[in-house]
Amino acid sequence: MLRYAGRRIFSLVVSLWVASVVIFLALEVVPGDPAAYMLGLNAQEDTLNALREELGLNGGPVQRYLSWTGGMLQGDFGTSYTYSTPVSEMIADRLWVSLPLALYALALSTLIAFPAGIWAARRRGSVVDLAIMGGTQLGVAIPNFWFAMLMVLVFAINLRWFNAGGFPGWEGGMGPAIKALTLPAIALALPQASILARVMRSALLDTLGEDYIRTARAKGLSRGQALRRHALRNALVPVLTIIGLQFSFLLAGAIIIENVFYLPGLGRLVFQAISARDLIVVESVVMLLVFSVITVNFAVDMAYAWVDPRLRGRR
Amino acid sequence: MRVNLWIGGVISAIVTGAAVLSFLWVPHDIEALNIANKIKPPSGAHLLGTDHFGRDILSMLMVGARTSIAVAIVAVVIGMGLGVPLGLAAAARTGSWLDEVIMRGNDLIFAFPSLLIAIMITAVFGPGAVNAIIAIGIFNIPVFARLTRGAALSLWTRDYVLAARVAGKGRLRISAEHILPNVTNLLIVQGTIQFSLGILAEAGLSYVGLGAQPPVPSWGRMLADSQTMISFAPHMALFPGLAILLTVLGLNLMGDGLRDWLDPRLARDAR
Repeated sequence: MLRYAGRRIFSLVVSLWVASVVIFLALEVVPGDPAAYMLGLNAQEDTLNALREELGLNGGPVQRYLSWTGGMLQGDFGTSYTYSTPVSEMIADRLWVSLPLALYALALSTLIAFPAGIWAARRRGSVVDLAIMGGTQLGVAIPNFWFAMLMVLVFAINLRWFNAGGFPGWEGGMGPAIKALTLPAIALALPQASILARVMRSALLDTLGEDYIRTARAKGLSRGQALRRHALRNALVPVLTIIGLQFSFLLAGAIIIENVFYLPGLGRLVFQAISARDLIVVESVVMLLVFSVITVNFAVDMAYAWVDPRLRGRR
Repeated sequence: MRVNLWIGGVISAIVTGAAVLSFLWVPHDIEALNIANKIKPPSGAHLLGTDHFGRDILSMLMVGARTSIAVAIVAVVIGMGLGVPLGLAAAARTGSWLDEVIMRGNDLIFAFPSLLIAIMITAVFGPGAVNAIIAIGIFNIPVFARLTRGAALSLWTRDYVLAARVAGKGRLRISAEHILPNVTNLLIVQGTIQFSLGILAEAGLSYVGLGAQPPVPSWGRMLADSQTMISFAPHMALFPGLAILLTVLGLNLMGDGLRDWLDPRLARDAR
């Protein structure tokens, strides 16, 4: 286990390092000088130079890369070119919208997918199975931002159950904030729930065909009992992988959904930063998202290896 | 189960047909603005109504289908063109540094959600259809590389590959002559699925303004345009979304159907 963990940690660090280099280089070739952008057209050359110095834009690429990554390691993401506030503060603010949204969606998707997948697997080939599988076909094919717009039309504009967009903040209490995140979370969860339900169903069908299920049935367990005690547990391995992978899709998918609902999350931050050429913000948000994706996948891998020793040997 | 293949094939053919037809004929010219005629609900003259510039929505959808299809197809071609050789190479030299580099590179791309790649690319080069293609295409590379490597690995243990090696064929020739033909079915099925994902991704990108730029019509931007008017012109939001939904659904059904048809063994595994 330790050797396995060591190898995985090594590859985790390498991935993070390569990712940071890729992101840095990608934004290195962007045309345009942030200092000139901040000061406008009529800026004097020496003022420009002073600002470049202050922003740390004057050193060579290697030096700037080192100061960027070195700062991030200490929680210092630099200072936004447009707002002159620390990027870490901006990100922390926005994270309080994006992270709860992603978790909310993940919870919804799991809550929908587990019963649906289990039900479909138990009633394989029945009308229920067909209906659930048909539903998941629709769920993966529907563009979720369009589904979000339709929900706004029905539940916000016509029925007035929800606000069409915006976020009241957490200061006003949990209720309004969660309510504001509900439609976005449903929109985000829909395609993920469809995928998860399919994975759940096929994983269960696989394990239901195993010998140990026949043994369990032979010793007198009912179908339901065998399913709960033996099949479900073993089916969880592929299901957990998908849940881990979905977290990254949810964080990234939130970028588009946040735009539908005008939520002040990381996604909108990135878009504003791109249009304002505020590259340090883009750089840091992208790096943060990639970091969380890589770490979550790492955590899932480790969780498995811990639960299932057979997986340690595999790469 | 050929039903999937049929339904999916028919839907895909209709969408492709509409896109091809749009080069020759559309019900109304989409470049002629007719403000007097704006935001009309569906009627005899405009089957799906008109948008906020008085443009015919059916015509816009037909022309928009070109953008979606073109972006998704080129993205699949990029993914296959780079991913398949990489996967074949990795499988031919399994366990070597080449395999390791290719697979770690794949993991790295997987770690970037595709949308983030797209956003970075547009941050660097500016928005546009070409950059959308690159962004979606890059994400297709690891999909095909992994699929090809996985399938090729099991093929390398087959007797006919051993026979080919005994006959003196090199790894490159075996990959090209024996491995590649045997993974083609898998690639076709995955290609269909990536094609449908590409359509969805393109719609998402152009919805947030990172895809094809005006005046090139695209389904995603039609939805973005309709958003502020959804309360009084829901038809503007309804039809582009339905177009995306139907196209993606058709392609997915076709992919499922193709898998059943081309490889009954796989179909059983998938069920």
